[in-house]
Order: sequence, then structure tokens, then C-alpha cells
Amino acid sequence: MDLLEELAEKFPDLVSPTQAPHQAVRNQISIALRGPDVRAIAEHFISAYGSRLVAVFAEDRVADESVFYNYYVFEQSGEPTYVILQAPIPADQPNFPSLAAGLPAVNWQEREIQDWFGLEATGHPNPRRVALHDNWPDVHPLRKSFPLREVLPPFEGERHVYRPTLGEGVFQIPVGPVHAGIIEPGHFNFAVAGEPILYLQLRMFYTHKGTEKLFEDMPIHRAVFLAESISGDSAFSHGTAFCQAIETASDIEVPLRARVMRTILLELERVCNHIGDIGAIATDVGFVVANAHASRLRELVVRLNEGLTGSRWLRGMVCVGGVRRTWSLAQRDLLRDTVNHVEREFDSLIALVQSSDSTRDRLEHTGILRPETAKVLGIVGVAGRASGVDLDVRRDHPYAAYDRYPFRVPVYQEGDVLHRMLVRVDEVRESFAILHAAANDLPEGPHCAPPEPVPPGRCALSAVEGWRGEILHWVRTAPGDRLERCKIKDPSVNNWAAIVEAVQGNIIADFPVINKSFNLSYSGTDR
Amino acid sequence: MFKILQETLITGIATVAYPDVPAMVSAQFRGRPEFDFKSWRDARPAADVCPTGAIVVSDVVGQADPEGTPPANRRVTVDYGLCVFCGQCADASPEGAVRVTTEFELATYHRAGLMLVADYSLNPDGTHRQFIAEYQAVLTAEDVGNQLSEAVHETLGRSLAIRQVDAGSCNGCEMEIVALNNPIHDIERFGIHFVASPRHADMLLVTGPVTRNMELALQKTYAATPDPKVIVAVGACGISGGIFGTNYASRGGVDATIPVDVYIPGCPPRPEALLYGILLAVGRL
Repeated sequence: MDLLEELAEKFPDLVSPTQAPHQAVRNQISIALRGPDVRAIAEHFISAYGSRLVAVFAEDRVADESVFYNYYVFEQSGEPTYVILQAPIPADQPNFPSLAAGLPAVNWQEREIQDWFGLEATGHPNPRRVALHDNWPDVHPLRKSFPLREVLPPFEGERHVYRPTLGEGVFQIPVGPVHAGIIEPGHFNFAVAGEPILYLQLRMFYTHKGTEKLFEDMPIHRAVFLAESISGDSAFSHGTAFCQAIETASDIEVPLRARVMRTILLELERVCNHIGDIGAIATDVGFVVANAHASRLRELVVRLNEGLTGSRWLRGMVCVGGVRRTWSLAQRDLLRDTVNHVEREFDSLIALVQSSDSTRDRLEHTGILRPETAKVLGIVGVAGRASGVDLDVRRDHPYAAYDRYPFRVPVYQEGDVLHRMLVRVDEVRESFAILHAAANDLPEGPHCAPPEPVPPGRCALSAVEGWRGEILHWVRTAPGDRLERCKIKDPSVNNWAAIVEAVQGNIIADFPVINKSFNLSYSGTDR
Repeated sequence: MFKILQETLITGIATVAYPDVPAMVSAQFRGRPEFDFKSWRDARPAADVCPTGAIVVSDVVGQADPEGTPPANRRVTVDYGLCVFCGQCADASPEGAVRVTTEFELATYHRAGLMLVADYSLNPDGTHRQFIAEYQAVLTAEDVGNQLSEAVHETLGRSLAIRQVDAGSCNGCEMEIVALNNPIHDIERFGIHFVASPRHADMLLVTGPVTRNMELALQKTYAATPDPKVIVAVGACGISGGIFGTNYASRGGVDATIPVDVYIPGCPPRPEALLYGILLAVGRL
């Protein structure tokens, strides 16, 4: 019995009797519900199948169907298919029952729906604004009735009221949005008792650029470049996630050579960012020599990127149907030689980092995120794997050419800064293995499928394991090479909650290294 | 300790000598697209594929024409301040009128200095009949006044403290700015260093687009930086808003919020391009 029949039998009042004709596409099943209440089915998925609620997001279909839709994406361990519940919310009753009290992982996501669409998450334990700052006027930018180019009046009122922290000798330390280092903007409000941190409050969305709304305003071939600008350090991962969504929606078969080339470039992005992070973690505990070597190595990978794609950060390479340019034999040799060289140097870099007892002392037991906390908060990616969350899209929902190359997914239970670094070290080594195998494998053939018009009205989900973690793109296509909606979920959205947990009880001087060990994307969060 | 020294000695000097010797640039690198306006037979396909609207075709309609014959004249504007260097304009212009070069030293004092303009008369099918004229966009008096004075160069030239401000970027430009500090580019060899506070800074290196949420923070950072100060806008988004443009959440380029002295194109600009722009700003080229 398939899932739809089973659900229809178990929850006849909840599952809609009419399902969309395209309800099952590659690796995803979409199930239409009768109303906005998904609590019973979510409960059933989680208790009966051990499913994970991957993402929650909304869509404005008021003009066509007089409803908003909430989408709930579930994943079941060992099952490559995503299950997407589509829950209609009548335009005249703009509210839906919140799941956040039982599933803290959707805390921000439900509040985003409140801010973007003006749909109230009834029963949310903390329904304050998250995506729109408190001094924004009462607008809901992702509603179709809100014009993209609307010029909003200047700021008025209080920026954000932080929870007060009281007690003898307790202080609040505000940091940001303009930080001391060369990093992205966000606001951190620490409550400290002497050195130890009692409580951290975050304020994100300083770099909100209206990205999701912009996707609705440009043709798909331009939107690929917008996807590359969601988070500049993950340009290729986000670009690939976006192109895969379009390919799924329009049944485009990506040629094998293109899939192998994408795999190689995705791994190069991982290697170059992980090496950078290992160096940055060393810097934040004062081991700058290690960072000098790491950043030198990173530069070698970045130059290889340029030799392979014409861009140091792999931009302008991925396109719908494959990749824009193919590789010559000389480029393939460049890939092999550089990977061999970087691999040798990486071993001596790690030996250097591990030779320092004082470095280890600073990293071990610092910023611990316990596995049970990580699971509840829905932490993904590197941060999750260092805290026992055994998830990796490359293995669980294979895409590109990952099904062709065996690799190991490192998982640790300790959850401290050291182990977040060790996950990166292990992953870089696995990436080298994938890169060797893929470079030898690289089959001949076309590097891009012939262009075809994108059919309107199709929905598709796409997932990519970026170097930080699980990246999701969901699209609904529109007539004329356009999009009705594009939802982007960067792994950082879930993972900020992990930093709040991990810093508690640590001294404030360790905050930079704890933050760096997560290295989340502000721009990916804020969009 | 011995191991650390040994590792460093084995590695030797990694630093490049740019700008004294040319930068190590791969032949694949996509730098400035070069336009041969005279042989360009149709600019429309390039304008069509350009992701940021850096190539704009505007046809001048004379009299309203009931026959529907195409307009007589066309102005093509190319704006390197919007360009993300994807190279699609070259692919879409098969007669070789657009060529991607490896040039990256594009920083200028003037926003208008990044623009090229060409005029054409047209055939009935909308292709170019005759090339009329090509010119750089005219500098206004305001643009010229923008050029930094000798006095500022004199004061800031030898030792420069930079405060980097991310006013809403995607983090792409930040990664290249961080790379300026690595042993390969090593910006400290010029006496240039990054500081933690605008109060210690001579230069603000600002990436964009400036978001509505960062506008106030950028204004406050500007006010906190002592005079004389130099403001540099980095990347397509910092110069013009880039692919984000202006919308309900984005104010566009940096110069819509604070005055800018030097513009560095790129998406993101490579470290040598940043270095070129920074040295240009303090008169050390």
C-alpha cells in the first residue's frame, strides 16, 4: 500500500480526496490536505516512521485558488523520497496551528511565515517577529499583493527589545551588526556573569535583500545567478540546488558528464571552505601559523577553481541542464595534479594543528552541543554530524553523481569545537577520495542537456549537501521561463539555535572560536 | 615549536609580487568583457542573457509609426559596475564582437567611468545597420569633484588602516577581502592593515547592496570614521546593487547611502583587483 492510500485511510478527514496530477516526481511525493492542521499527521510521521521535519514554508496562491499553502517537508531515515504535505490556509482565515512547541526546529521557520505572509502561527510559544525587524511597518513582502519595488518609509520605533538579564554582577554585552572582523553583519546580545556567558540572544536578517521575492521577478536563466548570490561561499551548491529544482520540474535529464563535473566542483567547494575553517579555528585560539598554511592551501584550491571554471568561487559555471563549459584534458590534469599536491600538504597541515597541545586544550570541551539538543533543534550538516546527527544529503538523497563514488560520513558524539573541526578534517579526506575517483571516471559526452522550455505550474524540491549542510530549494514554475515562487533554505536557518545552546557557560573569550566552528551564513539565513 | 619552524622554512616565501610583476591569472579567468562596437551587428541577444542588466539596449522611436517599422536609432550602454563577469554576452554575440579578457584592474574614481555607450542606426529587422559613435559616459562636474585630493593621498598614502563594512553582501566579496590577508597576497607588505573599529580607520571598504536593515549601521560607521577618510565600494552589488538592484529591502549601491571615492568592479573582485583599487584610492599606483 502506498503512503497516500495509507494516510487517506488513517486520516480521512485530513487528506484531500483530490490530488494534483504531478504529485509524484523524482524522489518526492506531494500530498494535498484538506486544511491547515497537520499536527496529527506530523505526530504520526515522527512516532511511527521516525521521520524528520526538514522544512516548513508557505506560498501565496490567493489570486488563483483563494488560499495560501503551507508546505511541510518530511524525510524518513533510509528512504530517498521526500514527503511534502500541502496544507491549504483559507485567505479569509489566515492562521494555522503551530508545531513549534513540540518541534523547536521549526521555531524560526513558522515565524518567517508569519512575517512574510501574514499567516498567524496559532499557539507559537514565541510569536515575535524574526525576519522583519520590529521597526518595519506592517507589511508582508512575500504576498503577491506586495510590490517588489515598494519603497518603505524610514525606520520608526524600537529596533528590538531584548529579554532583560538581571542579577548582581550580570551585564549585557551588545555586539554588532558591524563586527570587529571581516565577517557578515548580525547582532549578538550576551548576558554575562563575569566571564561566563549566561545567555545569548541573536538578531539576524540584517542582510535581508528580498531574494525570494526577486526570484519571482526574473527569467529562470537569470535567476541561476541570483541563486549563486544567496551565500557567496556556497555559490556552486546553491546554484546546483536551484538548477536541480528546475530540472526536476521540467523532467530534464542531466548528462552523466555534467553530473560528474558538478560532483567535482561541489567537492572542491567543500574542500576549500573546510580548509579555510580549520585555519580560522586555529587563528581564534591564537595559532596563526597554522592559519597561514591553511589559507595558503585554500588559495591553491581557489586557483584550481579558476582554472576549471574561470571564477575563483565557481560562479557562472552551473546552468539548467548541466554546466556551461566542458573541460579539456589539460584541465583534467590540472585537477589531478592540484588535488594530489593539496592532499599532501593537507596532511602536514593537520599534523601541525594536532601537534599543539595548547590548541587542543582550547578546542576540546569548548562550546559543547549535546546530541539530544542537536536532534531536538534539527541541527544539520557539519554541526549536526559533530553532535551525533547522522545526516548527509549526498548519501541519503543521492544527486549529481554521488551514487557512483563510495564515501564515509564522519559522525562524532562529543559535539565540541574540536569535533566540529575533526568532522571537517575527515570530510576533506573523503572529498579527496571522491575527487580522485571522479577525475578518473569523468566520462565523455555532452556537458549540458539541450535547452527546453520550462513547463508552467510544476512544483519541485531539490536538496544539496553544501559544505555547511543541507540546502533546499523549492520552486513552482510560471509561464514564460519564470517562477511563481522559489523557497530557499540554507542550513544556517536551523543551526543558529545551536550556537545559542553551545555558548552557554563558556567564557566570552571563547565565543569567536565557537562561532567560527559553526561558521554559519548570515546572507543565507537572511536572504 | 621546532616542527612549526621547520614547516615554515620548507614552505619558503609564498607571497606574490603584484603589482610590481603581473598577477598570476589563469587563462580561463573571466575578466573585463571587451566590446568591438564597430563590428557588433546586434546587441539584443547579449542584453537578453545578461543576468544583471549590465548591457542595456534602448531604441529611440522618432514618430509613432502605424506600419510598425522598427525605430531608427539605438543606444547600447555597457555598465561594468553591474557586470558579474559571467561571459554570456560573448557567447551570445557569435561574430566575436564581445571578447572576454583576463583584465581585472577596473577600479575607478567615478561611477560614470565604468560605463560605455555606443549608438547605431538600425536595419528593419532590428540589427545594427551603421555604427555611429562610441564614447565613455560624460563625467559630470560632481564626478570630477569626487576625485581625491593630493592632500588625502599625502596623509593616507604610507600607512593605511581599513575598516571593512558588510552592508548586506552575500559574503563573496568578504572571502576575497580575507584572502588579502593570506600569505600569498599579504596586504601588510604595503603598510595596509584591517582594524576592528571605524574610529581607527582611514578607509571604509564597503560591500553591498546596502540593505534597509544595514543603512543606519552604515551611516553610523561613516560618521564614526575620522576625517580625512576614503570610502571604497566593492563589487557589483556595492557599486550598483548588482543583481539585487533596489527593492523593498535593498537600497542599491553604497553611494546611495554615503559618498564613495573609488569603485572596484567584480563579482567578487579578485584580491589583486581589490589591491589595485585600494592603492588607486591612496594614490600609490
